Amino acid sequence: MTRQTSRNEAPAGADVATYALGLGDDVLVLAQRLSEWTARAPQLEDDVALLNIALDLVGQARNLLSLAGGRENPGRTEDDLAFWRDETEFRNAQIMELDGGDFGRTIARQFLVSAWHVPLWDGLRASTDPDLAAIAGKAVKEARYHVGYARHWLVRLGDGTPESRRRAQAGLEDVWPYVGELFEPDPVTERLVTAGAAPDPAVIEPVWREAVEAVLAEATLAVPPTVRRPTGGRRGVHTSAFGPLLAQMQHLHRSHPGASW
Amino acid sequence: MTPDGAAPDRPRADRLWEVFVRSRRGMSHTHVGSLHAFDAASALLSARDLYTRRQEGVSIWVIPSAELTASSPDEKDSFFDPAADKPYRHPTFYEVPEGLAHL
Repeated sequence: MTRQTSRNEAPAGADVATYALGLGDDVLVLAQRLSEWTARAPQLEDDVALLNIALDLVGQARNLLSLAGGRENPGRTEDDLAFWRDETEFRNAQIMELDGGDFGRTIARQFLVSAWHVPLWDGLRASTDPDLAAIAGKAVKEARYHVGYARHWLVRLGDGTPESRRRAQAGLEDVWPYVGELFEPDPVTERLVTAGAAPDPAVIEPVWREAVEAVLAEATLAVPPTVRRPTGGRRGVHTSAFGPLLAQMQHLHRSHPGASW
Repeated sequence: MTPDGAAPDRPRADRLWEVFVRSRRGMSHTHVGSLHAFDAASALLSARDLYTRRQEGVSIWVIPSAELTASSPDEKDSFFDPAADKPYRHPTFYEVPEGLAHL
């Protein structure tokens, strides 16, 4: 992102809050999905690997939700936002909430999302908002590892046995329609792009596409055709898989409000 | 079937690797444990996730366990006991400067 003096006016706090909330909900919900592999991954080594990624994402979610809540008036804490909002108040993209399915789909989704996170955080490091820039500076290193892990597995599955290849391709096709939402323009993002506070999704998309297509070729997987583009997560419209995920994530906190350990 | 009896396109997830981690620059790699992996690349990824998640290291080596040649417990007496009564092999005549770590 090039910063120009004319674009350097401070972004509105409400816009930063909305933007951080969407990105924070993304990583919170994806972490919850990944954590479902606890004690169920194909081998112990990957059990730990997936949970490490989930914990990285929870850390990013805490930073982003704290930032979002802190910019609101009156403010809300990260816990208020994570545990006391209902389904329609969540702003994550729908790809994050999709059922993890088998290991093939989990890896396909993780690869597509991490390959988006890398240029996103990288661009956000130059944000005119210092808090966003600081969060992105930490997150980009984590995302680079996540995309490396997912790439490794996607190539192994795609260029593996007939069964692993079938599952990787099926998983890829299950999640592929939902990537479009990650690059959708919306008024808040557009204002932040103008203020130099966020990278332009239209700039990130070709970077993402090139990286993804190279790895799919290496994995001998076919780029799925785009037949439909479901959308709405950033406006609080979610898929039927989301309710049960939230119920599991929020139930303990809501049953024991204010509890700590 | 391959010569060793494994099905041809079945990945050998049961291959064992030994993991060595260097805790910081200037130190040696130290054996920290072992893990199962298909190949060197996946062994390295798993080693990172299993053995360096609390900032234990700056460098990792992975080595197939089958490639290690170890001394045999049966040879313990002939290998190690002869050193027991040779204290002159220890450099006891040197003063160790204070504050010198990792000698």
